[in-house]
Amino acid sequence: MGYFELIVSCILVNNILLAQFLGNCPFLGTSKKMETAVGMAMAVVFVLVLAGVITWIAYTYLLVPYDLVYLRTIAFILVIAALVQFVEMFLKKSIPVLYAGLGIFLPLITTNCAVLGVCIINIDKEFTFMQTLVSSFAYAVGFGLALILFAGVRERVLLARVPRPLQDTSIGLVTAGLLSLTFFAFRGMV
Amino acid sequence: MAKTLVQEFTKGLWAEIPPFRLVLGLCPTLGVTTSMKNGLGMGLATTFVLVFSNILISLMRNLIPSKVRIACFIIIIATFVIVVELLMQAYTYALFQTLGVFIPLIVVNCIVLGRAEAFASKNGLLASTADGLGIGIGFSLSLASLGAVREIIGTGTFFGHSLFGPNYEPFTFMVQAPGAFVALGLMLCMMNLIGKK
Repeated sequence: MGYFELIVSCILVNNILLAQFLGNCPFLGTSKKMETAVGMAMAVVFVLVLAGVITWIAYTYLLVPYDLVYLRTIAFILVIAALVQFVEMFLKKSIPVLYAGLGIFLPLITTNCAVLGVCIINIDKEFTFMQTLVSSFAYAVGFGLALILFAGVRERVLLARVPRPLQDTSIGLVTAGLLSLTFFAFRGMV
Repeated sequence: MAKTLVQEFTKGLWAEIPPFRLVLGLCPTLGVTTSMKNGLGMGLATTFVLVFSNILISLMRNLIPSKVRIACFIIIIATFVIVVELLMQAYTYALFQTLGVFIPLIVVNCIVLGRAEAFASKNGLLASTADGLGIGIGFSLSLASLGAVREIIGTGTFFGHSLFGPNYEPFTFMVQAPGAFVALGLMLCMMNLIGKK
């Protein structure tokens, strides 16, 4: 698969939120305001690329040679948790502006299943190092795109008069369904 | 004592049934409920992890230092997820392949970690077991019913058996990605209609 094809497939066709259903808790949780959505999207791009690359290295050079493949899940979640903690400390010291921007979203990423999900998908599809790098970045961009678009729509829904039982999460899910339908239209491309 | 145990168990079945009342763990809810069988399988796998991680965390709750408790919980949960993964690979390989990435992702399912933090780390062994079992069965029921609705409308079958005969034109929207969001949103709406006020 060419890199361009891979990028289009990861951002639009197999969008991590709307087609693969990974990371839906932060999708619904942080999309009520545009600012929080942008913060979350940036944090995910940052951590997902690092996590994808590092788990790939850990899997290929540690787990496979020592025949520990069955420990994949626990190894990956430990790598991600440690990575998030490390990134948080590093940003706090060296780039305080970015740290203030990402704020509370960094620690939440440990339990964002989009991160662990992409790491596992990369391994399952037997990607090379470059493909892992590209696909992690593209999946993260897809996550950000869907989240920010959805936040924009949701800010409008707040102004509308929604029937009582449908309010909040319920109408949010139906809206997400419509957004997912638009992404669904890209399916023939790759 | 017996009465409270029953209460801990039954609250998971209606009052706090995930993912409708506790809106957590949406990824597997949306991802695997294309048929009733998949939903039920996912629910049971999650129940297994939930019950055993609740038991172990409840037993170790006085040993785990509170500063690093989240990390400890995640390791305990991940251990049981690996157990489930290996068991399913051995005995139900076809189901394991359909559920795919969602089985290892039980580790980051907010319901499991949420029960560990909110309940098992503060309560005794029996209460935690009842709580894990109740929430787990509630989650399985939700997934199975959502799966059943999507399967009946989307493919015209129920648990793999044809319902409407060959003339039924399946409404495939329901078993595809956008239908998952819409179906869950409408079910949530119905729960609100029945349950509240």
